[in-house]
Amino acid sequence: MFASKRLAKELQKLHDKLPPGITLVKADDLQEWIMDIRVVDNNPIYVGEVYRLKFTFSQSYPIEAPEVVFVRDETHPIPWHPHIYSNGIICLDLLDRQGWSPVHNVESVCVSLQSMLTSNTKKERPEGDDNFVRNNRLRPRDINFIFHDNQV
Amino acid sequence: MDSDDDFNSSPVSDEDFMGDQDSDVGLEDDSDFDMDQDDVGFETHDKDIFPTKQHYEVDFKVYDPRQIQASQDNQIAEVSQILGQPPEATAILLRHYRWNKERLIDQYMDKREEILESAGLGETAASNPPKVVKVKGFVCDICCEDGPNLDTFAMKCGHRFCVDCYRQYLYTKIKDEGEAAQIRCPGDGCNRIVDSKSLDLLVADDLRERYHVLLTRTYVDDKENLRWCPAPNCVYAVECGVKDKELMRVVPTVHCECSHFFCFGCSLNDHQPAPCALVKKWLKKCADDSETANWISANTKECPKCYSTIEKNGGCNHMTCRKCRHEFCWMCMGVWSEHGTSWYNCNRFEEKSGYDARDAQAKSRQSLERYLHYYNRYANHEQSAKLDKDIYLKTEKKMQQLQNTTGMSWIEVQYLDTASQALQHCRQTLKWTYAFAYYLARNNLTEIFEDNQKDLEMAVENLSEMFEKPIDQLQGLKVDMMDKTAYCNKRRIILLNDTADNLKQGNWEFNVSFP
Repeated sequence: MFASKRLAKELQKLHDKLPPGITLVKADDLQEWIMDIRVVDNNPIYVGEVYRLKFTFSQSYPIEAPEVVFVRDETHPIPWHPHIYSNGIICLDLLDRQGWSPVHNVESVCVSLQSMLTSNTKKERPEGDDNFVRNNRLRPRDINFIFHDNQV
Repeated sequence: MDSDDDFNSSPVSDEDFMGDQDSDVGLEDDSDFDMDQDDVGFETHDKDIFPTKQHYEVDFKVYDPRQIQASQDNQIAEVSQILGQPPEATAILLRHYRWNKERLIDQYMDKREEILESAGLGETAASNPPKVVKVKGFVCDICCEDGPNLDTFAMKCGHRFCVDCYRQYLYTKIKDEGEAAQIRCPGDGCNRIVDSKSLDLLVADDLRERYHVLLTRTYVDDKENLRWCPAPNCVYAVECGVKDKELMRVVPTVHCECSHFFCFGCSLNDHQPAPCALVKKWLKKCADDSETANWISANTKECPKCYSTIEKNGGCNHMTCRKCRHEFCWMCMGVWSEHGTSWYNCNRFEEKSGYDARDAQAKSRQSLERYLHYYNRYANHEQSAKLDKDIYLKTEKKMQQLQNTTGMSWIEVQYLDTASQALQHCRQTLKWTYAFAYYLARNNLTEIFEDNQKDLEMAVENLSEMFEKPIDQLQGLKVDMMDKTAYCNKRRIILLNDTADNLKQGNWEFNVSFP
């Protein structure tokens, strides 16, 4: 009830105009959307690559943050970043309860992720990536991330 | 039998409670019983006259929700007067300073504006009560609704949203996320905290109630000397002066009104005599190790050369260690080359190399065995304590049957209940003595400790055994059972006093270091 009107409006806006480097791939329903993003400057870590994002909305979106993960397929790798696990799970306070504000939207999340990549200089995975990817069975929203890095 | 329950869970401190029970029952009973029990009677009497705190006990006080609310309100009122702020704002400030009012007042006098800003109060929170208004040309950033009849709300920060969204937001925060004192404005990056006046204006009664419950909770969470009783559905909080840094010297077990015994330091069930850090280490070790260790011990051997653990899952006795390439015989653990032609059929014994290998193996197994020794006893008491709980339930039945069949009065069968409670306490203590002992470095003190442990264990097992007896024998065992109950409790006190004293003085040496 809550989510639908807002998502419909967002969708309308996304169809109208999108910031450079962000494209809407699929939004057939109001539960799951696919977006593509690429980094617009020449950051050598990401040059020439396009990344695919999956947004999952709960009934109480936008009060609750959407679940946002990178998804991998033949043409879309998972971007290198010290806060992005190789299974696509993103550790970003914006997407967590504490950092999320209902004023954010799909576009602003995409822009934030884009700039998170743009400003990154380290081609690495988070500490403990192997272990996390192997053992994690939780959904992103149920993971207790500790946000220690204020640089991104 | 409900009344029994109430009676037994009444808030009387631990050992005194047991002692009192004994003497009460004794005095009610006929006179020649009193004679038999002379010295027990006297001892408990002494205790009644001079109530002394045991060395292992700590001072604490239990508060009910009303008292917690009252002490909170008192502090708010007091500070509100000093600061000249309304109570709502004062409450926010106090919570912001985690109820450290001295620091708050100090800093408030120094840099008022800065503090108000950081607590999310900004400018003057005094005038202008919050209100719901309709704004022309407004579009809600959350739901994208617009229209002239939309009720909207904003706090002093000016981030305006429609009332429905605001409500939904607060609902999610309070109901789903359990937040209260730190709910911020829904605006992006806005640190302004939603005060209780704004909240009262926006949300329905049931939610408001929940909000205030949560607020009270943060009071207890914030105060260092207060802690919630962790028992399910318990509403009490306990105050105790023991600080975190003292926890290697004292094990602060407290007793809630709801009859639950727990450690004030870590909220786990009573774990005297082991200090919190040791308990944490032990539980972690048990979670990681115990089953694995059991399996390893039962199913594997170690390479005699590099001590890698090997499971033989088939094949012949000629083993080649994957790691160090050492070749040996699975049966005798001796070097394979010495087997000469008696291949694949090891019937040799007492050969030097095999003997040495087995010897080394035994040594490396020792630490595992040692752990399992303590773990099994620890687990045994844990299991027995669970069984004792069953016994406790059966006891109630037995007590009733005794009253019916023998015409004993209610008070005359209370000894069974007392005994079952003593059993549970003692088992709980015994259980943790094994974890404690595992980490103890051997010296003279450990000898005394182990003697105490042994005495208590024997006393407990004796009493436990009597409990299993059929009803018709129970009546005849009354005196004996009361005797043993008193003895168990006494042994427990002795053990706990000894460990607590030495802990306080830092006399125990541990074979690991605790952070």
